[in-house]
Amino acid sequence: MRQYLLGGLLPLLLVALTACEQKTPETTRPAAEEKVVVYSARAEHLIKPLFDAYSEKTGVRIEYTTDKAGSLLARLRSEGASTPADLLLTVDVGNLHHAEKQGVLQPIQSETLNANVPAHLRDPQNQWFGLTQRARTIVYASDRVEPAELSSYAALADVQWLDRLCLRTSKKVYNQSLVASFIAHYGEEQTAGILRGWVENLAVAPFANDTAAMEAVKAGQCDVTIVNTYYYGALEADGKAGSLKIFWPNQAEGESGVHMNISGGGVTRHSQRPQQAIALLEWLSSKEAQGMLAGLNLEFPVHPQVEAVKQVKAWGEFRADNIPLSDVAEQQVPAVKLIDQVGYQ
Amino acid sequence: MRAANVLLLAVVALVAVPVLAVFSAWVNIDAGLWTHFISSRLPQLLGNTAALLVLVGLGVTLIGVGLAWLVSMFDFPGRSWLEWALMLPMALPAYVMAFIFLGLFEYSGPVQGWLRDNGLGFLTVDDVRNVGSISLVMMSVLYPYVYLLARNAFVNQGSHFVEAAQSLGAGPWRVAFSVNLGMARPAITAGIALALMETLADFGTVAIFNYDTFTVAIYKAWFHYFDLQLACQLASILLMLVAVALVIETNARGKRAYGDKQGTHRRKRLQGGKAWLATLAASLVVMVCFVLPMAQLMLWAFADIATSTDPHFQRLVWRTLVLAGIAALVTASVAIGLGLIQRYNTRNWKKQLLGFAKLGYALPGTVLAVGIVLPLGKFEQISMPLKQSFNLPGQLLLGTVVALIVAYMVRFLAVAMGPLESSLSKLRHSIPEAAVSLGASRWRLFISIYLPLIRSGVLLAMLMVFVDVVKEMPATLLMRPFGWDTLAVRIFEMTSEGLYQKAALPAVCILLVSIVPIIITIRRS
Repeated sequence: MRQYLLGGLLPLLLVALTACEQKTPETTRPAAEEKVVVYSARAEHLIKPLFDAYSEKTGVRIEYTTDKAGSLLARLRSEGASTPADLLLTVDVGNLHHAEKQGVLQPIQSETLNANVPAHLRDPQNQWFGLTQRARTIVYASDRVEPAELSSYAALADVQWLDRLCLRTSKKVYNQSLVASFIAHYGEEQTAGILRGWVENLAVAPFANDTAAMEAVKAGQCDVTIVNTYYYGALEADGKAGSLKIFWPNQAEGESGVHMNISGGGVTRHSQRPQQAIALLEWLSSKEAQGMLAGLNLEFPVHPQVEAVKQVKAWGEFRADNIPLSDVAEQQVPAVKLIDQVGYQ
Repeated sequence: MRAANVLLLAVVALVAVPVLAVFSAWVNIDAGLWTHFISSRLPQLLGNTAALLVLVGLGVTLIGVGLAWLVSMFDFPGRSWLEWALMLPMALPAYVMAFIFLGLFEYSGPVQGWLRDNGLGFLTVDDVRNVGSISLVMMSVLYPYVYLLARNAFVNQGSHFVEAAQSLGAGPWRVAFSVNLGMARPAITAGIALALMETLADFGTVAIFNYDTFTVAIYKAWFHYFDLQLACQLASILLMLVAVALVIETNARGKRAYGDKQGTHRRKRLQGGKAWLATLAASLVVMVCFVLPMAQLMLWAFADIATSTDPHFQRLVWRTLVLAGIAALVTASVAIGLGLIQRYNTRNWKKQLLGFAKLGYALPGTVLAVGIVLPLGKFEQISMPLKQSFNLPGQLLLGTVVALIVAYMVRFLAVAMGPLESSLSKLRHSIPEAAVSLGASRWRLFISIYLPLIRSGVLLAMLMVFVDVVKEMPATLLMRPFGWDTLAVRIFEMTSEGLYQKAALPAVCILLVSIVPIIITIRRS
């Protein structure tokens, strides 16, 4: 049955050919080569300019690959000691916290990082560090809603917002973290009450993304929604914000402040170049890099002495929630269970 | 025969590894989380999935078979170009179609806005996101699977059987249903199976509509409860269902032979109103499923052509072409080998084993990708000491083109098997037997007999794999070598932050890249 053999050989030959082509970039691999390998769940266009700047400045080459956080974590775990990755960058504290629990990160000691990143935005065990902050806040239609009607996230559960609320799906981790912060502040029972009120008040089924929810508010399908500010910023930059305005909730005395989340990173447990990985992480938290890193996506820097870009500052001053994010992350799974129970889709 | 068995086992093992990796998750069961899942969402998710499958299944069958019938049995104005234009929607990823649809028709979109502004508000709906509209979106890009296979079957049927039926007094409808459709049945079922497996595995489209299907449960378990094991357990339930469906289908088809091409294929020329009606129906489908979405994509693409192009864009196109080309060749070659083995083996266990090799297609892409990465990662980990002593790189397979091509093959073997099996099932045993009796060597038998006779099936298999690889996202993301970004990766970067319109340019490129092989295939077949 020679034809079968040949049928099998053809693909093998092709595979072998590509394998030869593949060898070239990897053949020289001295352990201490000047490069850092990054697995990034932060989108390429929001991080590559910084990698380029770093390479230009230091001569260190950065190899990176992008994917969803869950997939990168699974890959890191299965690779174990064979991983080429030195640094994991991802969005949302839930993912960072989970990476730590899965044992793919390592604790690092860095005075620079401790000085640049406020304590509530990094891991108490020093395995992950926030690099940018994103505020999740209320956006409303200023032609139909007076700012005085608004006060807190919880107040959106009041009956006055019946059929006037739009939300993004609970399947986005940003909403899960917001709910997790409610649990950390108020406990599960009170949080369940807020969520039930929200679901009751929905004008229409939750949207797939923040932008769609804002478009619905603008078009009059509903009057108010909860989004990350940089999505609002993107609409505004395109001249499409219309009557939409930002409101900073939970500002009254004794209230928690605006919910903040982070994008951040940590050095992988099996990194072969931990010193270089730390150096890159430190640089990303430095005054020099923070403006650009946060500015690219209209986020807020973590470095206390670096200001947000002009467009972001124009949204006004506000008091941020400074609960340690590691405490919020602890409540992530209970938050998802609660979300399922109240039927928030 | 032994070599054949070895090949069969090797390929099936390769394909089975990720599927087994998924099944192996059952070693640990988190009873608490299971109870929570069953009590909170599972019944609803199953209902949603069933509704979607039924609607998409009906839709692709009607549109796909109907159009294939039209273009292969009749001639009408514009038939020759409509014949290939009807394949084009296949190149549109379903989730791209989804965001185009919502961009146009949502409450905040231009269509409803215009209606409200012009006093036609009573025509609007609050929420267009329902099972009906998702099914429409999915059928509009999935019907080509059925269309392609059915058309190929109809065109290669020849006129002998039809003439025989007519001479026995069968009317045109009876001929159509009993002869044409009956003979095309393996092809049509294969097409529907592909469309339904794709529907089951879909995550992107339902996510954009926020419509919760079974895949959502899988992702929820993994990304929200951080429980990959539960995700794999759920995925394996999905696979069991698909496996059962495949077995039922194989058994129902049994050992029937479907006859091969005898007598030339002739089209009946339609006249007057009927002819134009046919033209209208076919062009309407091309219009709605391809031209309009393409126009919208182009508008978006031009709107920010400055921000979405960069010097690397050419490289994206090139890399996409190379990967898809190699994957199409490799996958089709393997599928030919498997198809021939299947043909010579009537033993049941081998048939079931082959069915197993197709299961990967029904897995959500990300789950399959992780299913491939898990064992590869283990291999790299275990071989570490060996690699160190020979001063080899830390990873020999993972993160190389080889592993990526294998991943594509595992994912799309089912796609390649569809057209090949239906081509082979029409080949009478007498032809190769005659060749053998005349002393033809096996190699010559393969080159001069099999290959020409199943050529259209081979081309179709390569085309479908090519287009699918161009669109493929999860495995490419997770396994590509550093710097090997494709057009689909670029779409991911943009859509992951909700910038759907910025994904328009790579989406347009995906379409353009796919058009060339589509035209080549149709010209040759």
